[in-house]
Order: sequence, then C-alpha cells, then structure tokens
Amino acid sequence: MTSQASRHAEGPEGRFVARVLVYPRAEVLDPQGRAIEDALGRIGFDGVRRIRAGKSFEVALEAADEEQASEAVDRMCRQLLANPIVEDYTVEWVSE
Amino acid sequence: MKCGIVVFPGSNCDHDVYHVLSHVLEQETRFLWHQETSLEGCELVVLPGGFSYGDYLRAGSMAAHSPIMAAVRRHAEAGGRVLGICNGFQMLLETGLLPGAMRRNRDLRFLSVDVHLRVERDDLTWCSSYRRGDVLRMPIAHAEGNYVDTGEALDELERRGQVVFRYVDAAGRREPAANLNGSERAIAGICNAGGNVLGLMPHPERCAEEMLGNRDGLGLLAGAVAGGGRVGVLAAAGG
Repeated sequence: MTSQASRHAEGPEGRFVARVLVYPRAEVLDPQGRAIEDALGRIGFDGVRRIRAGKSFEVALEAADEEQASEAVDRMCRQLLANPIVEDYTVEWVSE
Repeated sequence: MKCGIVVFPGSNCDHDVYHVLSHVLEQETRFLWHQETSLEGCELVVLPGGFSYGDYLRAGSMAAHSPIMAAVRRHAEAGGRVLGICNGFQMLLETGLLPGAMRRNRDLRFLSVDVHLRVERDDLTWCSSYRRGDVLRMPIAHAEGNYVDTGEALDELERRGQVVFRYVDAAGRREPAANLNGSERAIAGICNAGGNVLGLMPHPERCAEEMLGNRDGLGLLAGAVAGGGRVGVLAAAGG
C-alpha cells in the first residue's frame, strides 16, 4: 500500500483536492483487466503488455493543513475506498 | 429463537429467509431496517442476499458501514449468531467480521446455477443437521463470489478449520470445473474462529422446501436456530 502525499496543491483557505487511484494488487488476478487486454488484442492493438482496471476518486476536502488532509485521505482509503486485501491505492494532490 | 433479518436498500432475499425462518421453521422472526441501531434482542441476525446499495464501490462495502452494523459487530463479538448469505457474506468480509475478500467471478459472468457443496465441519451448531463430507446442492447467484485472501491467511483459515463449505462436484470431489467462480481453495463458506459468525455464497433459503424440488438448504437454517442459547462449536463433537 502506498500513499504518495507529495506536494499538496493547496486551494484557498485549507481546501485540498486529492485524486485517489485504486488498482487490484499486482499479485491479485484482475479478470476485468485481462478481458480488456484480450479485447484490445482482438481489435488490433498488438503491443499492449498489460491492462489493469482500477477506479479513481476525486476527494475535495477541508483540513487545517497538508498533514491533516493527507492523514484523513489515507484513513478514507484504508477504511472504505480501497480493500487492502485485494487493492493498492495511491494518492495524488491536484488543483481544484 | 428470536431472529432478525437486516434489510438494506437493495436486499432481495430478505423475504425468502423470513419465509423459511418464520413459516417453515416457525421461529419468531422480524425485519430490522439498516438504519436502526438496535437488534431488538434478536439472537440470530441474518444479513441477506441482494445488491445492497447497488453494489456501489465493492459488493457489501457500503452496507458494512450502515448504522445497524455497529450493533451487529457487538453481537458477533459477544458470541451471538450472525449468518451472512451471498451479499451478506460480502458484508461480513467488508466489516472484517470474517477474513478475506471477494473478486469478480473468474469468468466475469454473473452465475445463477446450482452447485454442489461439501460440508467440511459438522461440529458447529450451524451444521448440526449435516455430517462432515455430506454433499449438498444449492443455488448460487452472484457476480463477485471469487474468494481470496493472502496465502498465509488461507493457511491459517485451514489450520483453524474455518472453511465450512467447499465447491465440489456431485461426487464430493474438488475439481476446478466445480469451482465456477474461481474461489481460492474452492471456498464457498467460512466461519470466524469462535464459530458464531458464518458466511456463504450459496443460498440455503432458496432450497428449503420440498415444493421447490430441493430442501438441502433447510438443514443450515435449522442449524442456525438450533441448540437454544448454545452457539459455535458443539461440545460433543470435540473439535
């Protein structure tokens, strides 16, 4: 599980926007990704090495500072947005 | 036994379970709305099948955070009986009351067919109508029933005897072709370490009466209300 709380793109007065990317863990079979991979092959895209199908969430939140924003999003990921048994997540910070 | 069936937006097997518990097994049964915070003294809590919250995010993940789930967790942790069927099993995984997670079925198809299950434990109250090794026929109806956990966690599950039902062929043999959703170790149903929380993907409530052509599932629901206050591991069977 990784959380890349790099430089937060901070908006006005403690407003933050995180983009959370959730993917099946590398060692977990991703049947959706495999099906899409096969379909791409069938329509002529020969060079595709791998597809992983995931989800993304945009989380706009208010927090006192970067650290609190980062900590809150990390907890959201662990408790609800991702299932750590089968999924990994990364957090990117974007400008609103 | 006082039985409660939790109803979530999108539950669709709640009335089937109600029918079997109330009319076939003649138990005092009521529905519990997911926004309630009390189990109203129910001794058996059933999390029924369906598509709670439209399977948003991950199957069972939204229901796992419903208001009533705090009470369900307290009930389970105090040794009370909790049965999760299909979507209810997915909720138990999402709450962490049972270990593991579900993936999409191996072939990405929604599966609505009869499968065969082998009973792996008969020392649990739940299985008191069955013998170990019995092969049951029950319907499944799910898109996300492909059970997974880490290799270590699966070993631990096996070591503690928490695998209660496995997908097998009609003769009771573990064959890849009989494990339609691709579950690790052909796992169809598991219990917690205490044996008081049980989750399974197949639907016993859909095969609990002769007029439906199959009553293999009745034993499980009879077991769910058997033994008065006792729950978990049956003393006589010794482990």
